[in-house]
Amino acid sequence: MEFKRFLKGLQGIVGEENVVHHSDDLLVFEYDGSVDRGLPEAVVFPADTQEVSQVIALAHEAGVPVVGRGSGTGLSGGAIAPPGGIQVAFTRMNRILEVDTENRLALVEPGVINLDLDTHARKSGLRYAPDPSSQKACSLGGNIAENAGGPHCLAYGTTTNHVLGLEVVLEDGKVVNLGSLARETVGYDLRGVFTGSEGTFGLATKIAVRLLPVPEAVRTFLGIFPDVETACTAVSAVIEHGIVPAALEMIDALTIQAVQKVNDAGYPDDAGAVLLIELEGLQDEVDEIGEEVEAALWETGATQVRTAEAAEEREQLWVGRKGALGALGSIAPNYYLVDGVVPRTQLAQVLGQVTEVGRKYNIPIANVFHAGDGNLHPCLLFDERQPGALEKIVEAGAEVMRICVDAGGTLTGEHGVGLEKKEQMPLVFSEDDMAAMVLVRDAFAPDNSLNPGKIFPDGEKHTPHAHPASPGMTI
Amino acid sequence: MAQPFTGITGGFTGPDAPDEADLYRCVHCGLCLSSCPTYVETGLEMESPRGRLALMKAVNEGRVEITPRIVSHWDMCLQCRACEAVCPSGVPYGRIMERTRAQVRAAGLQSRELKRFSRFFLNSALPNPKKLRMGANFIRLYQRLGIQKLVRLSHLLYLLPGGIGKLESQLPPLSRRFFGPSDSVHPAHGEKKMTVALLSGCVMPLMQGPTMEATVRVLTRNSCDVMVPQGQGCCGALNAHAGDLDNSRAMARTNIDSLMAAGVERIITSSAGCGSSMKEYAEWLKDDLEYRDKAIRFGEMTQDVTEFLVGLPFQAPTAAVNRRVTFQDPCHLAHAQRITAAPRTILNSIPGVELVEMENSSLCCGGAGFYSSVQPALSQRLLKRKMASIDATDTQEVITANPGCMLQVEQGFKSQGKRGRVRHIVDILDEAYSLE
Repeated sequence: MEFKRFLKGLQGIVGEENVVHHSDDLLVFEYDGSVDRGLPEAVVFPADTQEVSQVIALAHEAGVPVVGRGSGTGLSGGAIAPPGGIQVAFTRMNRILEVDTENRLALVEPGVINLDLDTHARKSGLRYAPDPSSQKACSLGGNIAENAGGPHCLAYGTTTNHVLGLEVVLEDGKVVNLGSLARETVGYDLRGVFTGSEGTFGLATKIAVRLLPVPEAVRTFLGIFPDVETACTAVSAVIEHGIVPAALEMIDALTIQAVQKVNDAGYPDDAGAVLLIELEGLQDEVDEIGEEVEAALWETGATQVRTAEAAEEREQLWVGRKGALGALGSIAPNYYLVDGVVPRTQLAQVLGQVTEVGRKYNIPIANVFHAGDGNLHPCLLFDERQPGALEKIVEAGAEVMRICVDAGGTLTGEHGVGLEKKEQMPLVFSEDDMAAMVLVRDAFAPDNSLNPGKIFPDGEKHTPHAHPASPGMTI
Repeated sequence: MAQPFTGITGGFTGPDAPDEADLYRCVHCGLCLSSCPTYVETGLEMESPRGRLALMKAVNEGRVEITPRIVSHWDMCLQCRACEAVCPSGVPYGRIMERTRAQVRAAGLQSRELKRFSRFFLNSALPNPKKLRMGANFIRLYQRLGIQKLVRLSHLLYLLPGGIGKLESQLPPLSRRFFGPSDSVHPAHGEKKMTVALLSGCVMPLMQGPTMEATVRVLTRNSCDVMVPQGQGCCGALNAHAGDLDNSRAMARTNIDSLMAAGVERIITSSAGCGSSMKEYAEWLKDDLEYRDKAIRFGEMTQDVTEFLVGLPFQAPTAAVNRRVTFQDPCHLAHAQRITAAPRTILNSIPGVELVEMENSSLCCGGAGFYSSVQPALSQRLLKRKMASIDATDTQEVITANPGCMLQVEQGFKSQGKRGRVRHIVDILDEAYSLE
């Protein structure tokens, strides 16, 4: 099918005003929250399941690959358009269809913003637990695709632990339901398989998620440490006490400097590391465990411990953490975030090795991460306008991933493989492993027309940006 | 073969190009999206802060020229700066957009609507207070004598060239009494604490004269000598927002000269939009060796009236105003100046006033300076959203702290045929004092 006719077809389905195809406009759909880029041929904004189904069926017929797009905050290139492909953007499908307080669940469209759902649920004393740092902007559809995590996933699990049912459009436009509104499923847990499939199985058009009651008491601790190693000891000490905090986050010195440069988050400028620990539960429980946590922090060498219970004060302590990635923009124009996971006991040692990599490549590396899960986020800082900078960063990033894997960990904790980490998959999986995964995908999408070119290595070197010359470069 | 670097390949040129260091501070994380009124309304990345910055980078890198289509996305921006307040990277979006608009202006690519607005207002009336006042006198006469009704009925204006008819339809009602600078000092009640200068401004003294008078009364009631020095003019914010940086700088210099010459301790404004700009004069004039330091000092002396009153601290009124009200945060107070607590402190200090918070109180109402004139469609959509939030509070009085928001929400009540009024925060404080 000629592209023009295909475009006409798309416009016929969703209306002319809901198809973006002018080359000037498409420039803003080439990126997500990370370093990958790729221009889509068009971006379609459907209004409901039926339109999604028709759009995907038409694309399938025309042989045009399709990728879903929520808010474009992803960190592995998941929503970047495949070559010659179109994006189906869900910003118009952003209604909270139902909050069932009795059964503690919500039915939403994929474009609903994570925080909006949580805020809405809180009006009825409930909450949506997974809270990625981008929760203010990221959408539930994207959360499902990437199986998003967040600070509070330490206690409550990642997105997959909260998905009850999904309405999904498959690559030929067929609409199917996975799971149900019930808590348990019979037969294969297909919603579990679908969650985290990075848009390669289908596009979710309705999502039913579990809501949890808002805990009676919440207390947040901020521990200031002279260095990362000492802070790592504190993490181990807290866990060894048998305590499972709702969240346990670490921020290193370089990140602290960046955060403080933008907003005063109350972190001392000379701190080597800060730990953010949040406890949730019954008031008595929080009081009792709180004392233990505080003692553990002092014993392991904290130079300062602050606590907050009032919502506003807690928010203050969290502001620095949730805005940490963006704050890196105040010290470097670009960052490349490696999402490696390591056993918690290896944290200090692996961080030491990461520092070595930074030294070797002469790259500043900022660390801000989910210490409780051992989910590292070393951020390699660079300026993409410098010739060769990106290639160097990708190489150093691969080395960091290898270190994580060698320490008994894996490539990604919560951001997905996408484009970014696909060439590193063989570090963790054998050919047979990956062939088995492809078989699963084939069960959903035999023609591989949804988000092709992601997750699995295809020898295409990871070249995240196709930028032409920029100022300061010789051309 | 490598060629020698020959300068910027892109479309931004000259001293008023957006600063690259500012531009590349954006790491496109997307955390600004949900705070941007135009993104929330349209769901389109082109109409988001991140999208607009991406287009600026693309132009800067020479990937694309400044096209009318790209300009239309930049023009859709309200310059409300909600994105700036939530940006974790600290991208100075406001000044980037002002400079981008300057580039558009220099390239002659401004929209027809903005060109028209510039011709009648930004380039002629605003930089020239006398001309503005003369025009206002004429319009007042025109409105008072009932000619406006006749003319509007006759559709005569639409026969005139240059879109005058359209501008006429946007003429707001003017105050019965104009406010303005004078040589006299309004003396403090009781023992004087401080001498302050008040910015009279451009449109506010003509359209909201009584509010300006109330500002003087509230300040004198709180032991301040108040001067409204002659020679001052418009703050220059609207010109800067349109990218007319030369005029805005000239206006800044005029105000620095006249207001600082008065020998006051503080410079006060009851217009959030003006205060935000006055605090940024130093940024506008950073390359002006003669004015640079004065502008820094000027910015330090400038305070919004709410910020000033709470800092004094002001005297809480003793008489009660028994009403339920809601508060609309002016963007340039909440986002540009990051002042949200002071107005609430004042409202809560008035006995009998019950403050009912509306949802998204700091989401722009669509007024946004000249935005309602040059982007009427989206302005109305945002107003509709705002009116729904106001409606949900079940209050009949909206308090705010900026002339533009007052006009916009008033128009919202009027067009919906709803009962309700909009007042400046100093109006209700003044009312409480007057009942003592």
